[in-house]
This record gives sequence, C-alpha cells and structure tokens, in this order.
Amino acid sequence: MKVMISAFVAALVIASLSPIVLNQFGWSSAEMTSSESVRLD
Amino acid sequence: MNKNLLGAAALVLATLLFNPAWAQEAPTADRTATGGAQTLEDIMRRQEQLKLDESFRSENLGNPANAAPITDQLGTRGGISDADAWRSIRYNKIDPTVQSPGPANGVMIQDEGIAWYKLREGPVITYGGSALLGIIVLLVIFYFVRGRIMIDGGPAGTTIERFKPVERFGHWLLAGSFIALGITGLITLMGRSFLIPVLGPDAFATLAAGSKWLHNNIAWAFMLGLVMTFVMWVAHNIPNKLDWQWLKAGGGIFTKSHPSAKKFNAGQKIVFWTVMVLGVSVSLSGLSLLFPFQMPMFADTFGVINSVLGTSLPTDLAPHQEMQYANIWHSIVAFVMMVAIIAHIYIGSVGMEGAFDAMGNGQVDLEWARQHHDLWVADVEAKQDKGGSS
Repeated sequence: MKVMISAFVAALVIASLSPIVLNQFGWSSAEMTSSESVRLD
Repeated sequence: MNKNLLGAAALVLATLLFNPAWAQEAPTADRTATGGAQTLEDIMRRQEQLKLDESFRSENLGNPANAAPITDQLGTRGGISDADAWRSIRYNKIDPTVQSPGPANGVMIQDEGIAWYKLREGPVITYGGSALLGIIVLLVIFYFVRGRIMIDGGPAGTTIERFKPVERFGHWLLAGSFIALGITGLITLMGRSFLIPVLGPDAFATLAAGSKWLHNNIAWAFMLGLVMTFVMWVAHNIPNKLDWQWLKAGGGIFTKSHPSAKKFNAGQKIVFWTVMVLGVSVSLSGLSLLFPFQMPMFADTFGVINSVLGTSLPTDLAPHQEMQYANIWHSIVAFVMMVAIIAHIYIGSVGMEGAFDAMGNGQVDLEWARQHHDLWVADVEAKQDKGGSS
C-alpha cells in the first residue's frame, strides 16, 4: 500500500511541477493564445 | 447459409459505412429564377433543419478573371463584389490581415463549431454516460450471477512475489492519474448539464477551474505511467498460442476451470494493449488540446484514411476545427478506456479473491497464483531452484 500511496503523491507532485516547468520553456497557454493587449488577467 | 447471410449483412453495413451518400441528400435545386441566389425552397429547408447543399453560395465567391476591363463601370472592383467578399467571410474562404497575429485569429466565422457543440452536448454525453452506467449495471448483474471468483480449496497461506515495487509504482501512477483524469474530464464534459443545477453556477465555477487545472497537469503523470508500464510489461504481453486456448475456455470464468497462463493471461493482455493503444491516442489528442493550435493532426490523419479507404473526410480544416475534432476524439477514446478500466477494477478487486494483493503489497497467495498463472509460478520456482542450487 505504501507504493500505491507514494505513486499517488508522485502524480500530484508531477501535476504541481508541470506548469512551472512548462513556463520555463515558454509554454503558458495564456500567453500562447492571446497577446498582452487583449488578455483579461 | 448462415455464413452467406452474415457476409451479406457485413457487405450492407460496409456499404453504409463507407458511402457518404447514405444520409439524406439535398435535392438539386433549380435557381434560375433567382439568378443563382437562394430560393424560397432553400430558406424553407433551412428553417426545417433539412440538409441543404450550400455550395451554390459558399463557392460563389467571385472570380478576378471575370473582372470587367478598367475602362468599364465597376472595373476598379475587379471580379469580386461586396456580396462575394461577405460570402468569403461567411464561409472562411479569405485570408484577412488581423492586428493580433495568431494561428487561428484569421478565422472570422467557423460554423462547424455548431456541429461540434451539438455533438459534444448531445450524443457524446448521452452515449458515453450510458456506456459507463451500462458497464456498472452489467458488472453488478455479473457479480450476482457468477459471484466472487474464489481460490479453489482456499488460500495456501504462503505467498509469492507477483510484482516488484517499481512495477506497482508504475501501475498506480498510471491508475491514480487515470482516475483523476476520468473524474475531472467528466466534470468538464457533463458539469454544465448535471452539476450546475445541483451546485449552482458559483460553486461549479470553482470546481470546474480546479478540475481543469488538475486535468491539464496530471496528464503528464499519466503519460509517464504509460511509458513505464509499457517498458516493464510489453515483453510479457506479446500474444501467443496459449492466449487462444485461454480465450476459448473463456478464461474459465463460467466453466470454473483454470486455463494455463504465464505472467499475464489473454484477458490481461487485452487490457494491456487497450490501455497502450488508446492511452497513446488519448495522450496525442490531449497534447493537441493542451497546446491549442500548435499540434494539428486530424487533417493529415484524414488524408491518410482517405488514401487508404477511399473515403472523403475533410482535409482542409480550420485551426478551430482541428481542436474540435481533437476534443470529440479525446472524449470518445476516454469513454472506451473508462469502460474497460471499470471492468478491470472490478476483476482486480471485488470480483476475484486474492487479486488485489498483486498490486496491493505485491505478494499473492501461492494457490491463487497456481490457479491463475500456473506457468508463471513454474517459471519463478524453476529460477529460484536454479538460484538456490548454484
């Protein structure tokens, strides 16, 4: 069961880190699909 | 006789499938009275939501070659009138200059989106949701008819290692992320219809935003789990003659026998390849959705299908249309996977005594292993004897 729990935690860690890593490569969906002049955020 | 009937039925089905004209065709209209413009009959067909061949308008976009000489009246407008220009906009046949450049910003009207929306809100939810409920009902019926598959003669009391920790980690990484993806995907697809009436729009907005975040980001864990399990288990999942024997015996489910199997039986191999093939497909369409307009793949895929099957699937797709196809395909594949995985979860937990231990702590009862994977046990014991004697 420890392996199962650690895999679930790893999945959440990967989910948390992925936006940070993608931003490092310039892959922010907010930036890719709109220009600053029209973005609402 | 039966074979002939079956062959005839297959031929009819194939004809219907591959003949784009099987649906109700729009009749060829005489538009001479309106000089080629739409007639009252066209308007009435549209109002009655009947099929209407729009090519008389969508292809009537003016021709510069027909331009009047510049010395004539209207010569400076070339061969395209205002009406032609508006029709070009209506049918997305122009290449406009836009202030905010982007892959899809030049598309001004994309009415295929209506068909996508209707398909997504209608048949995808109806048939997909019915399939999920259907498999759950079938499994409940199966449970009461067949009962739990028990270890014949009871457990041996001694165990054998079925899966190493790294194998279980890969399995649960894939499984945990898949369940999260399934639940958040269903919230995204069906929330508007089923959750807003219950939760209200404000609470649903928070839930939907959280679901979207989790769905988009935990997808990477799913893809990693898919690669891990493929690398670890593909060698054990190559089909062989033994699988045919296992399938002919129905896995022993109804006969209460135990057909021979190695590490994975034919049923498990079917689950493995279903997860791998559909997992790659759902990942590719998911990546296409995750990076909007950056990974179009349906126009090329349709081109290949057309060249192989002789079909006439559209290959000139607007960027939005690529996303719409990716979205629909992503949903369909995900529903098929969910149906298969619900059955897999059943047989790996409540459906069979001792099965969960394989992925729970990695140790399974020796008698269970001998009954369901006799050749694998023999192989492991032979290796242990060899290791002990050497």
